[in-house]
Amino acid sequence: MIPPRPKSRRPARPGTVRPATQTPPGAPAPAAPSAGFTGTPAGGAGRPAGAPGRRPAPASSARYAPAKPSPTPPQRREPREIPPPLPPEPAAGTVPLPITTRGLTKRYDHVVAVDGLDLDIQPGEIFGLLGQNGAGKTTTILMLLGLTEPTRGWARVAGFDPTRRPLEVKRRVGYLPDAVGFYGAMSGRENLRYTARLNGLARRDAEAKINEALDQVGMAKRADDRVATYSRGMLQRLGIADALIKDPTVLILDEPTTAIDPIGVVEILQLLRRLARERGIAILLSSHLLSQVQSVCDRVGIFAAGRLIGVGTVPELAARFGESDDLVEIGFDESLAHAGPDDPTLAKALATLRGIDGVRAVEPGSGPLDPVILRADAGTGGKVRASILTLAATGAVPLTSVREILPSLDDIYRRAVEQRGLDRSRRAAA
Amino acid sequence: MTDDERLAIDGPADGEPEPALGVEAPLGTAEEALGNVEAPQSDEDESAEPEDEARAAIPAPPPAPPSDRGAMTRPRWTTIAAKEFADHILSVRFYVLLLILGVAALIPLYFAAEQIRSLASSASGASAVFLALFTIGPQGIDFLRVDQFVGIAAPLLGVAFAFDAVNGERHEGTLPRLLSQPIHRDDVINGKFAAGLAIIALVLAAVLVVISGFGLLRLGITPAGSEIVRLVAWYLLTVLYVALWLAFGLLLSVVIERAATSALVGLGVWLFVAVPYFGQLLVSLIGGVVVPATGSADQILSAASAQQFLLRLLPSTLYSEAGIVLLNPAVTAVSTPATLDQYTQLQEQIPSLLSLDQSVLLVWPHVVALLALTALCFGLAYVSFMRQEVRA
Repeated sequence: MIPPRPKSRRPARPGTVRPATQTPPGAPAPAAPSAGFTGTPAGGAGRPAGAPGRRPAPASSARYAPAKPSPTPPQRREPREIPPPLPPEPAAGTVPLPITTRGLTKRYDHVVAVDGLDLDIQPGEIFGLLGQNGAGKTTTILMLLGLTEPTRGWARVAGFDPTRRPLEVKRRVGYLPDAVGFYGAMSGRENLRYTARLNGLARRDAEAKINEALDQVGMAKRADDRVATYSRGMLQRLGIADALIKDPTVLILDEPTTAIDPIGVVEILQLLRRLARERGIAILLSSHLLSQVQSVCDRVGIFAAGRLIGVGTVPELAARFGESDDLVEIGFDESLAHAGPDDPTLAKALATLRGIDGVRAVEPGSGPLDPVILRADAGTGGKVRASILTLAATGAVPLTSVREILPSLDDIYRRAVEQRGLDRSRRAAA
Repeated sequence: MTDDERLAIDGPADGEPEPALGVEAPLGTAEEALGNVEAPQSDEDESAEPEDEARAAIPAPPPAPPSDRGAMTRPRWTTIAAKEFADHILSVRFYVLLLILGVAALIPLYFAAEQIRSLASSASGASAVFLALFTIGPQGIDFLRVDQFVGIAAPLLGVAFAFDAVNGERHEGTLPRLLSQPIHRDDVINGKFAAGLAIIALVLAAVLVVISGFGLLRLGITPAGSEIVRLVAWYLLTVLYVALWLAFGLLLSVVIERAATSALVGLGVWLFVAVPYFGQLLVSLIGGVVVPATGSADQILSAASAQQFLLRLLPSTLYSEAGIVLLNPAVTAVSTPATLDQYTQLQEQIPSLLSLDQSVLLVWPHVVALLALTALCFGLAYVSFMRQEVRA
């Protein structure tokens, strides 16, 4: 039996391996470790000896033992972040993390598609992998499914190595590929039946699962039409249903919302949230439409040129890559909005706003109906908003609206990439 | 191979001390292959080098949880084969090919009917009259013999049911989805090959039954037991021959990105290999240059046998030679005599009938060669499919 092995797999020459093993100096730390991992560099200490079917642990931990003190070569300007070690082995009966990767790297001939990816996804979590086309999202996903072999590093999906135990992984992972396709001559239902058979589902179970999945994605009505008559968006819905047939513990969705209309997107995202909350399915979704998935992701990872340049919740990333100030937007009462700049009421109102604790600047809009923007110290946005509401209640400021402006993921993404680009050019200059 | 056996090979019990080390071992073996051998014992020295230190920075993965494989009853390739078979049966191309092959067999049969009838009346008790249905052409034109016709048309079956097997799925976008199901990658190609083979066996059996029925009804000839056995042997040979073309079509579908291109390449090869005129023309051109047929009778004979050797490089020659031997017990030799002595010997030979086992013995090398070619094509298709990236 020849294991699937991509042509371009070439980790052989030591010369080509070396660059990938070093974090370029000055690069931002790859993949902030997730909450589940406290970064104690304890080597392989937590690993139990003699797990079934593997080499005795002492030998392997001895092999890794020198990594503990992490001697950083002096030429590195920034200390390289040593990926955190594994957590203590979960006790018997506990479920392993849905997805874990360490140093996952994929190199095609001369291109590094994925570079040292460290990722942890918890059960019931929706993780968004965001990045432009060609950033390495799909390659990552294929490695997680065992459809392509990593050049370096490892991944564990539901506790299994996708490269060595692909069947165990595929049995537990529902996958929606980018530009999913179905057999055009068969109906949607028949396509799902085929998937059910490939998963070894009993016929009666299969029919129940198929009906449920079709209902969930809103495809029950068209299920018996030939797939050739489906629109792109319907194919995508059917693809999600297809991924649900096997009752997955992990869902991996590559661009799940690309071809779906805006209302459909909302439905799909609601469905995903329900699946994560109610069934505890871990969902990894990749997208380049940042604003669409922003609302549904518990955490997002920003992916650029094969590297994860930031991981966290949207507010966390906003704090890291967003504006340094909190912004609050207020709309004045119409009578005031039309008043000239010399209007005493307006001047008084603005002065009052300026006096709020934490507010650093008040920027009137350019047009008469444009909202006024208050720039407040970072982290005080909520307090400032509360103060404004109190003022409005007392009638000191005639308002119609108060809203905190959260930086959108698009902004964050742009800034993150820019910052990284700056890092790079700075390094090049040095 | 069962799932368990496969897992035993794919899985952690691999001989290599790999699982606990993650990616470490493959790198190590690669280095060893390059002569940069570092004994696994010298861990301390090894880790002193910065490269190894950096590599060791990836912590070892956790052990895998126990597998909870429950009801894994049926091998997965049968599911794929069943689906492919159903697809083929319902496809337009199935009926078109059935029609082509049926017509291709019936037309010469119709013209040959008179001839066979006279043969049957004049030589009652003569050799294998029923099989003459397959081996006699109208007015003795070889080209219009049933067995020849099947030999020309049947390869089309093989190519037609395989040329888009893999690249079609790739084009439709179903391949990544299929491969993400809990099946081995080779289940896909095995299943497709098995389904193709089954459909071909079905079509050929149908054609055979139609011809036999024609013989029984229209000519009133009943086959003897030995004739039926010979017919079955010829049927199996034909299935094998078409399997070669199926494997070839599969190879094309893996290697060539677009289905239309692979169909065209398949047809081109069919034209020059399976259609007698083109293939023989090509071979005699080459043969004429290599071994010119001039001079004494011996030289001419040796040139002829050289030509025959070249022709036998074509699977179509192997098939038609083996086919005629199996169908006609009166054929006692497949090679042209290489010397004048052998030729005279052949002339003086008393015409005799071969028993089936003798005939089989005579064509055994042909069968083995066809098997080897089929295995080669399928093996190439298999390996390149296994090594291919999911996204081409």
